[in-house]
Amino acid sequence: MSTEARRELQEKELLARAGKRCRVAACSAAGCLSNGGQAVREALAGTVKDEGAADAVEVIGTGCLGLCDAGPLVQVTGEDGATRLYEKVDAAKAVRIAAEDAVRGTPARDLLNQEDAAFFTKQRRIVLENSGRIDPERIESCVAEGAYEALQKAVTELTPLDVIQQITASGLRGRGGGGYPTGLKWSTVYKAKGARKLVICNADEGDPGAFMDRSVLEGDPHKVLEGMAIAAYAIGADQGYVYVRGEYPLAIQRLKTAIKQAEQHQFLGGRVFDTGFSFRVDIRIGAGAFVCGEETALIASIEGSRGTPRPRPPYPATAGLWGHPTLINNVETYANVPTIVRQGGQWYASIGTEKSKGTKVFALAGKIARTGLVEVPMGMSLREIIFDIGGGIPGGRKFKAAQTGGPSGGCIPAQHLDLPVDYESLAGVGSIMGSGGLIVMDESSCMVDVAKYFMEFCRDESCGKCIPCRAGTTQMWGLLDTITRGEATRQDLALLEQLCDLLRSTSLCGLGQTAPNPVVSTLRHFRDEYLAHIDERRCPAGVCAIAPRPSRGAAPVEARP
Amino acid sequence: MNLNPQTPPHPSGDKRFKLLDVAIKRHQFRQDTLIEVLHTAQELFGYLDTDVLLYVGRALRVPPSRVYGVATFYNFFSMKPPGKHTCVVCMGTACYVKGAGPILDALQKEHGIKAGETTPDGSVSLVTARCLGACGLAPAVVFDGEVAGKIGVEATLERVAPWTRDANGEKEPAGMVAQP
Repeated sequence: MSTEARRELQEKELLARAGKRCRVAACSAAGCLSNGGQAVREALAGTVKDEGAADAVEVIGTGCLGLCDAGPLVQVTGEDGATRLYEKVDAAKAVRIAAEDAVRGTPARDLLNQEDAAFFTKQRRIVLENSGRIDPERIESCVAEGAYEALQKAVTELTPLDVIQQITASGLRGRGGGGYPTGLKWSTVYKAKGARKLVICNADEGDPGAFMDRSVLEGDPHKVLEGMAIAAYAIGADQGYVYVRGEYPLAIQRLKTAIKQAEQHQFLGGRVFDTGFSFRVDIRIGAGAFVCGEETALIASIEGSRGTPRPRPPYPATAGLWGHPTLINNVETYANVPTIVRQGGQWYASIGTEKSKGTKVFALAGKIARTGLVEVPMGMSLREIIFDIGGGIPGGRKFKAAQTGGPSGGCIPAQHLDLPVDYESLAGVGSIMGSGGLIVMDESSCMVDVAKYFMEFCRDESCGKCIPCRAGTTQMWGLLDTITRGEATRQDLALLEQLCDLLRSTSLCGLGQTAPNPVVSTLRHFRDEYLAHIDERRCPAGVCAIAPRPSRGAAPVEARP
Repeated sequence: MNLNPQTPPHPSGDKRFKLLDVAIKRHQFRQDTLIEVLHTAQELFGYLDTDVLLYVGRALRVPPSRVYGVATFYNFFSMKPPGKHTCVVCMGTACYVKGAGPILDALQKEHGIKAGETTPDGSVSLVTARCLGACGLAPAVVFDGEVAGKIGVEATLERVAPWTRDANGEKEPAGMVAQP
């Protein structure tokens, strides 16, 4: 596609849109769809058609609107550009919304919920900017909002080094959890020697309780593809792979559609924008292995083998997929790239804190009033995210801890609620930024039980290649289980702490090295709960079933050497 | 890469093997597409038995040890036939803190099977998921592909109960028969 052709496509779509008086967007992300969203969309489209307003009202399915807890969601954008969000819509409500608000322009006020306004006003959307505005299954709709404009700018106006320089200036860091500076990674792969270079998008979002990457892929797949293409141009790659979880059928389907449409319009493929740059993308579907989120395991899996990690160095940047220098970034990292190229690195660097730039998408879940997907500038306090945006804890219960980073992360207690959320601050209190899962727990959660839950996860997901992780996670789980049954001693606790150190320092990959984190952080902030289980045989939260101690007379005599 | 292997067709003449051949050909017999091919095979047969694994190995020129290694490494691949109905309990963190544990316990107790097993009459498979990504609906349980959100113990048991009654009433043979 030439530059003119892209502009024509964009203008044509904008013109068609200008002819419509009103647009109705039904959330078509997996959360809302599994809650009856499809019927809502059909009811909206059917009613608009029956009312004979199909020419004036546009009904689209769109990406995640954020407030997943109140789904299915419908957003109506009127003539004046004002938007109204309807929550918990069913087919009957959809008929009313379509007939009253969309066709006649009189909002169905009794169906609107004004209380959730704070959920949106405090957010700042870069990665999710198009969620709610585009139909991810129609490339025209994405191009109208500026998709592939940044790729055009990169390949026609900038040199690869210019692009890398912009990314470095933006201060963007890896959004998969590690926080490695993206510009530095790109420049390493750029400098690496190799006949061929490759780009991989890590969409193996394995952390339980995290659904950011899924929502981005479902809501705006072209943004990720464009980010990958820009990266490929910058480092000199001609082939890319998206490694996506098999558990996300809708994301896979949307991604496949997006790749096909992008190839049809020659945004991907040979001679992109009439330049010498060519780039193809293939999808590889994961088969359910958490360890494949680790980059060397992911590479092994793309190569068709068991997804086990290998020692680094060599890092994938010098010898990755099939031995070629390979750039691996996470979905959200790539999704930031087009905006950075379009607006400039300096602009991006103006958002966020000193060391953590830009925004971060979080998946709010657990004991929180408004479960959903939010994007906030780095440095916002946990309190603002949980209480202002998330609406606090339902049922008048007390906040106990926020868990970030999944099985590799930790629990942050109430005294750190005013902590600014950035890579360094979270690490300072023993947790990590992670990929963005933020699970809120109230006083009804037992922290030992939570630590045991994550250890069980790591034990099951350990690939078994290295002994510290394979045997260590099993032993740690056993000790935690003894504690939750009220049968542990102080000695067991000491052994548990020893194992934490051992796994951290001797495991082969990130899975084993970070597996003790939930235990370490709960021991740091909630040691009294562990001690209550051990010394008093009592679970303060009332979660663990601790059998009463058998009476003295009936107790079997323990054999002691 | 072998673009023209002399793999004989499966002796059973089962149509599903022909469909599998098409998929393997589409991947140009590339050995690194083993996982993709196994995905297709499981879609076609419902599970992967030794016969299918050997067939895939021969077609891709991959040793059986590697095919077996890959098939048993990934949670997605099942070597046992699934039950007539499947109940998936999401054990993601959000579901866990909202009570997925008691739901799973109740199901296990009610039907006398552990997660990952199928009832002896082949009517119900009980599966756990790492995270469905439907955290807004926590706790979530999937009944035969249909997601039910914010569900409790009682409601879950009620949804599964008719499945076992059906199977016992009709006296159907256990499991799925993949081989003719």
